[in-house]
Amino acid sequence: MKVTKIANVKGRAVGDGSAREERHRSLWRDAFQRLIRNRGAVLGLCCIALIMLAAIFADVIAPCHYRTQDLMAAYQFPSQEHPLGTNQYGRDILSLLLYGARVSITVGLVAQLIIVLVGVPIGAVAGYFGGWVDMILMRLVDIMFAFPDLLLIIIVMTFIKGTLPKVGGPLAPLATLNEITGGLMGVFIALGLTWWLTVARLVRGQVLSLKEQEYVMAAQALGVPRWRIILRHVIPNALAPVIVAATLGVPQAIMMEAGLSFIGMGVDPPTPSWGMMIQEGAHAMRGYPYLVLSPAIAIGVTMLSFNFLGDGLRDALDPSMKNR
Amino acid sequence: MTQYLIRRLLLIIPVLLGVYTLVFLLMHATPGGPWDQGLKPLTDAAIEKLNEKYKLDRPLHEQYADYLWGVLTRFDFGPSYRNPSQSVTEIIQQFFPVSLQIGATAMILAVVVGVTLGTTSALNVNTWLDHFCVFFSIVGYSLPVFVVAPLLVIVFALWFGWLPTGGWDGLFTKSAILPVTALAIGPTAALARYSRASVLEVTQQDYVRTARAKGLQERMVLWRHILVNAMIPIVTVAGMYLPFVMTGSFFVETILRVPGIGRYFVKSVQARDYPVIMGTALLLAFLVTFMNLAADLVYGFLDPRIRLD
Repeated sequence: MKVTKIANVKGRAVGDGSAREERHRSLWRDAFQRLIRNRGAVLGLCCIALIMLAAIFADVIAPCHYRTQDLMAAYQFPSQEHPLGTNQYGRDILSLLLYGARVSITVGLVAQLIIVLVGVPIGAVAGYFGGWVDMILMRLVDIMFAFPDLLLIIIVMTFIKGTLPKVGGPLAPLATLNEITGGLMGVFIALGLTWWLTVARLVRGQVLSLKEQEYVMAAQALGVPRWRIILRHVIPNALAPVIVAATLGVPQAIMMEAGLSFIGMGVDPPTPSWGMMIQEGAHAMRGYPYLVLSPAIAIGVTMLSFNFLGDGLRDALDPSMKNR
Repeated sequence: MTQYLIRRLLLIIPVLLGVYTLVFLLMHATPGGPWDQGLKPLTDAAIEKLNEKYKLDRPLHEQYADYLWGVLTRFDFGPSYRNPSQSVTEIIQQFFPVSLQIGATAMILAVVVGVTLGTTSALNVNTWLDHFCVFFSIVGYSLPVFVVAPLLVIVFALWFGWLPTGGWDGLFTKSAILPVTALAIGPTAALARYSRASVLEVTQQDYVRTARAKGLQERMVLWRHILVNAMIPIVTVAGMYLPFVMTGSFFVETILRVPGIGRYFVKSVQARDYPVIMGTALLLAFLVTFMNLAADLVYGFLDPRIRLD
């Protein structure tokens, strides 16, 4: 990469591509190198891959469908037929866990996707242009700060659970989708509605500081249109913390879904959810601790894997943040 | 300083008003009233009468203003729909102290253990103790309360039989150990993690080297220079974990059958008991804003460079 400094700046500002691309790629390659050297992150990644495989192939691996219930075989201890035992309805725990992984992983990934898609543009606009968007955003953040997440999500969820099945008109497909997915749509909407603010705030801060960087000023001086500056210069550079936040947000979303289902405000039964399994198992903990143990371990391992990966990603993308 | 305090206290008002409006709108936009939850469906006439009694038939803006007025002037959050013989204020008075005791104890425990662990770990970087602390903090930070609580019950109540599996006999009994521990583990881990990072950073500062160079006793360096400065971000983190402890009580109290406001709240949400939801939400929001303010004040006290104005 022997480019003279002037050519480099020019290349970046005008966006001719070659010099910028080169620098771009090497940053990501460096980060990747650092990531795969991190044992925790690699272990986490492997676990996540396994859990995802289990979720995708739940139909094939599971001993039976999660709906199958056999009241004559309720509360059975682990056996050859039911490797992890059965619950109070005689449903096979292993099958519930596998199908529950589907719910958890879907919630984690889709909810984060919605949050990033909503939060990043709004945060970028608020940070770059300021004005009333920024004002409203920051006042909303103030209110959110005074409000425990879970409490807000529970209240939003009560609203959605009451409204979503009955909506008509242009929103009708949402209701159908919600029914097919066993109430997952509601969880996505509730998490998306409440958590995009955090990402928007993060991006806003990033953009505010990036706005003052020389290369953005150079682009402005050269008359590059604003949308192009945001798209080509600001967002790519603000991306690293967003990736980290999104990765660390996945376990948060999984945890929130499990918590909501524990309270009875998450997915609708009989859709299996790890949180619901813990809640059901907690009633019979004294006699049948394995009912609680297996979903608890499943949630624990999933959360740990994502957090290890997220930490690894943060160290890899921003080495100056190490040990934070 | 006084001016700052007054301004911050005044700022709590719009925030609480925002919370009130949000909860009010969401609750009233939710179809299904408080009367469709009973085992026996009520007649239309009875529902009408009940709506009249609780003023649910009035226009929305009137209800909004009325309720707010009651809260402000008489600290009256209305009667509980689910349990009409009790007012929300009475319910909060009855159930909140238990949650407060558990939450406060857990928070104190978390600060003491977490900061000690993090600091010790940072002062012994790359020893087995440090590795253990890092491992503990990521595990504790990753496990949700509703995973920790049943695991603790299984290990300490069922396998070892040392502690009861649930119930509540007061803060200074065996029954309090599990709920407090379950609530404290998350914040302890987070505080350990942050204080480790914070102390590590401070120990590399020039003024610490200067303090050592001028021959200050190690103990003085630690307390006067390292800890005081390292505490600043820790105070913020501790403040951030307060809502976590409060909502954590929803799970801990349900799993361990503790009669606190968390368990009551969960039941109220399921029964759409609006006034209880509102009362709890406002109470928690008030506590959180107030504690955030307290955290900022401590912040200014610890770092004179931060001018509160």
